[in-house]
Amino acid sequence: MKRIIGVILAVGILAVGLVGCGTKKGHAITIVGSTALQPLVERAASNYQLVNSNVAITVQGGGSGTGLSQVQSGAVTIGNSDVFAEDQEGIKAAKLVDHKVAVVGITPIVNKKVTVKNLTAKQLRQIFTGKITNWQQVGGKKQKITVINRSQGSGIRNTFEAIVLAGKTALRSQEQDSNGTVQKIVAATPGAISYTSFSYVNDQVKALNLNGVQPIAANVMTNAWPIWSYEHMYTKGKPDVQTKQFLNYVRSPKNQKTLITDLGYISIHDMKVTRDYHGNLRHK
Amino acid sequence: MDKIKRQLTSSSKATRQDRIGKLVAFLCTFLIGLLVVSIFYMVASRGLATFFKDHVSLWDFLSHQNWNPSQVGKDGTPEVGALPMIVGSFSVTVLSAILATPFAVSMALFMTEIAPKRGQKVLQPVIELLVGIPSVVYGFVGLTIVVPVVRALGGGTGFGILSGTLVLFVMVLPTITSMYVDSLRSVPGFYREAALALGATRWQSIYKVILRASVPGLLTAIIFGMARAFGEALAVQMVIGNASLLPHDLISPASTLTSVLTTGIGNTVMGTLPNNALWSLALILLLMSLAFNLLVRVIGSKGRLTK
Repeated sequence: MKRIIGVILAVGILAVGLVGCGTKKGHAITIVGSTALQPLVERAASNYQLVNSNVAITVQGGGSGTGLSQVQSGAVTIGNSDVFAEDQEGIKAAKLVDHKVAVVGITPIVNKKVTVKNLTAKQLRQIFTGKITNWQQVGGKKQKITVINRSQGSGIRNTFEAIVLAGKTALRSQEQDSNGTVQKIVAATPGAISYTSFSYVNDQVKALNLNGVQPIAANVMTNAWPIWSYEHMYTKGKPDVQTKQFLNYVRSPKNQKTLITDLGYISIHDMKVTRDYHGNLRHK
Repeated sequence: MDKIKRQLTSSSKATRQDRIGKLVAFLCTFLIGLLVVSIFYMVASRGLATFFKDHVSLWDFLSHQNWNPSQVGKDGTPEVGALPMIVGSFSVTVLSAILATPFAVSMALFMTEIAPKRGQKVLQPVIELLVGIPSVVYGFVGLTIVVPVVRALGGGTGFGILSGTLVLFVMVLPTITSMYVDSLRSVPGFYREAALALGATRWQSIYKVILRASVPGLLTAIIFGMARAFGEALAVQMVIGNASLLPHDLISPASTLTSVLTTGIGNTVMGTLPNNALWSLALILLLMSLAFNLLVRVIGSKGRLTK
């Protein structure tokens, strides 16, 4: 009996000790949200903490919706999101401050055996709304088109639908919630089409040209390739000094040139255009 | 004198231990009870908000086929028809249980009646191992092996009810088997002795006596297996395709209550309709597992081996 109590006490003390370590002295920044942005923020946070040991940064996933609602309720310092806060139902965007940290290009991808190389915006829209169902209709061989969409409410789907579908409703089809799964399924399924961020295009799948424009970073910068979105880090009101410093670090030209480009994002400093949440473009 | 008096009037060490033990047991039970009640409250209050706050009719929710909670349909009400998910969940659950039951019965009979020693040595560890494999591993195996095989044999993308059923089959098999083994072992020995004394062969005594005596146990085992299948999220989500379409065959993409929940919950904001609608799905899941539990109780109390 005594021994059991001893063990319980020891575990308890250990637990308290560990929690104590977690909240070590200094400033704590908690970041929650978009899984697409998570790897970037995690890497940036660990690099940042190497030189700023007085700051403890915790980065978690959970999705854009979670990030926005948690930062709105004040539970976390920063909410990561793939979508503009204005576009998320239930979020009062006026209370949040947007810090755009990167740009992601999104491209339609198809199975490698699909012979089509280029689609017009109209054809792409008709495929995703179910008007075109066979590759033959867009100049390919006679084969059924299998549409693989992304999860409802996910940032990438919101972006894709806003730009490509022009207000039309997507046909109901298979949905997958991660870039990696989509890429594998498209690679394995004959006649499949889906879309992913640029960094997930590899030699297993084929990226399509849109209106004759290639899906490459240089074309995103000029908006010649129109399917792209910002990665946002939202704070509730103006960030405090420590948070601001970290955000400045993420947005610093040095970090943008190395980490952000390495991970397949596009630096915000390279963009020659800006876009607001209504979709209005402005040339810098 | 005083010393004796004190000893007699104050509580002894044993009594104190008794009290402390009681207190600890009570506190723990109370905490768990509180946890269950608060989970129920949480899920129910959120799940019911869809109907009371957002004024979606319950019948529409259960019978409509369009699931697009962030959009308003043609008739002006939000598109929250959960029928495809409900049908999907029930299909994979029932099909996997039907598929697994004959295998589970055979394995359990082998382990208890036919070769108890070898069964114990070989099959018991196998079953325990199957139970211990995390569901993400099942899902991954399903994604890399089951889906391509189904695609090659049946066409389409390979994602769908059939793949989900096959993955769940492996997952519920150990549950049903191990529970049925217990119930076979609880069939009184004199049933077997009496059957043998009447000159029955082993097969006759298994088929005519033991199987029949253990039917309630088998039903309980199947329902437990179904409860596991119904609540499984990750593995099914990886192979079913997650299309909120009413399944019209076994190889077209479908979805389950759990798969829509896991993919959608991170993209919605607490308190909005899309979020509440997901909680309503969670409420259905909770009520279903409650129903499974009640069913087990009913069968358990009706079919006890006391005759």
